[in-house]
Amino acid sequence: MATLRLDDITVPLRAYRLELSLEAASTLALVGPSGAGKTTVLRTVAGLTRPRSGRIAVDDDVFFDGERNIDVPPERRRVGLVFQEYALFPHLTVRENVEYAGRHAADEYLERFRISHLEAARPGRLSGGERQRVALARALARDPQVLLLDEPLSALDAHTKTAVRAELHDLLAGLDIPVLLVTHDFDDAASLADRVSVIVDGTLRQTGTPSELVAAPADSFVASFTGANLLHGLAETGRNGSTRVRLDDGTVVATADPAHGQVALAVYPWDITLAATPPHDSALNVIHAPIRIIAELGNRVRVTVGPVSAEITAESLTRLGLAPGQAVYASFKATGTRVVAEHR
Amino acid sequence: MRQALFVLAFVVAAAVALVFLLLPIVAIFAHTSPGRLLDQLSNPVVKDAFLVSLKTSLLAQVLILVFGTPAAFLLASRRFPGHSLAVTLVELPLVLPPAVAGIGLLAAFGRFGLLGSSLRALGITLPFTQSAVTIAVAYVASPFYIRQAIAAFEATDPDLAAASRTLGAGPVRTFFRVVLPLARGGLIAGLALSFARGLGEFGATIMFAGSLQKVTQTLPLAIYAEFDRNFDATLAMSGALVLFSAVLLAGLHIGLTWQRSDSTTSPSLFGLTG
Repeated sequence: MATLRLDDITVPLRAYRLELSLEAASTLALVGPSGAGKTTVLRTVAGLTRPRSGRIAVDDDVFFDGERNIDVPPERRRVGLVFQEYALFPHLTVRENVEYAGRHAADEYLERFRISHLEAARPGRLSGGERQRVALARALARDPQVLLLDEPLSALDAHTKTAVRAELHDLLAGLDIPVLLVTHDFDDAASLADRVSVIVDGTLRQTGTPSELVAAPADSFVASFTGANLLHGLAETGRNGSTRVRLDDGTVVATADPAHGQVALAVYPWDITLAATPPHDSALNVIHAPIRIIAELGNRVRVTVGPVSAEITAESLTRLGLAPGQAVYASFKATGTRVVAEHR
Repeated sequence: MRQALFVLAFVVAAAVALVFLLLPIVAIFAHTSPGRLLDQLSNPVVKDAFLVSLKTSLLAQVLILVFGTPAAFLLASRRFPGHSLAVTLVELPLVLPPAVAGIGLLAAFGRFGLLGSSLRALGITLPFTQSAVTIAVAYVASPFYIRQAIAAFEATDPDLAAASRTLGAGPVRTFFRVVLPLARGGLIAGLALSFARGLGEFGATIMFAGSLQKVTQTLPLAIYAEFDRNFDATLAMSGALVLFSAVLLAGLHIGLTWQRSDSTTSPSLFGLTG
């Protein structure tokens, strides 16, 4: 499979400077908060935004090279870009939209994306999921060397999103070109991409497989972005090598990681156990506090207790009979915590 | 009670305003019988003025379309030093008294004007010819089209032009297959406005082109010339202009409705920014 490479790309933006290198062989997700420069990265690859310097290439096909003054115009880069709002031509039918990229392949892609029956419709009459299929069909009918997806799931409502995410996953798995997708949602990134790069303010914080990022987040931002609870406090070395962290609210938490001074502790919600009575197990850390919020997410439930959120099954919730306001014990092992560098 | 009076005052004011706007139009058609008005269409003065107006107006609109469209597109899609100055310049004829515009055109293209000697060397004389009418109309009417066209181009979604580029279409194909069709409604509306303004042109034309029957005498000029000689002819020509205006007004509204169906903002040139 081909590889998309961005080397030392710099783009001056309003509030900061986009500056990064990355490599996508199969599917790479660029995740970060809004305004982190994700879309700009896609636009530089497509040739819609010109970087100040750097190099962009798919294998030996150079799209951009600041030093050699190469800047191939977008229409001569074979790039499939699916815009966040899909950017379907409102004055053309579904078929005309797909044919815009290439007349010969239109039938095949209309068929493949199950939109043949919509071929005479204008985009304005389509549902969100249908629009996305048209946008994908159109982008792939271009026969691209690389596929770029800008927030592919954000324009969809929660109901369609789950189904489309699964469809998109299968599609991407079957493609033999590099895919670069951007999203602000780590769960989406983890379910669609093999590798994830976290971008903040124009620079990459960490790249790895989704599980690598969860196992060892590089800093507090990556930790909270991947779903961890962040506890801030002052660390001091305690007895028998473990570290004690005095949280801002006075609670003392033990961690197995060595640390000193002002630190952030990451604890993932699925590493936290809830109990109605004081637990007698190996967990060193117990927080006793009333339940603030109970949020049901399908068959999982997120329960917020004091400074942390725990994720338990709906079944456990019923079995424990938990309700907001009720005082419970949230416990987690010292080995379930990770000391991460403070980053803001 | 006070509230009811307040509402009543508004309704009365609105009614007065509408009647005031409509009364002169009604009066034109009410003054003489339709038969006598139609008879005037065979009057040579009316016929000539009609043809001069039609010819010069159409030609002027073609010029406005051909030069104004690219100008509007550039002003809508590019930000450059002096951009707002250029936009203001485009609107200059809008605030310039037409008589002053006519004098200006004479001073520029007249026999002793700025470009007079160069034009004479090429064997071209402009003042008091039909070309002069076309130029005067184009000068005075152009801002109506260009302003509307800038707004129409600015309202097209830059992502659509960008999508066209990534799908393999160059700037030319992108312009004709995406940008132009999307801006179409606004362009038609602008053209309708500019056509209406051009048809009514009086001041600049009489200064720069004079009022010679069959050559430079347009409908508004003929209305003025015939005013104290043949009032029926004046009414017939006025009636014709009213009908034209009604058609153009309809065109304007159809155009604006089209434009509203697709949009957003921010400048971009063929989908490119930065």
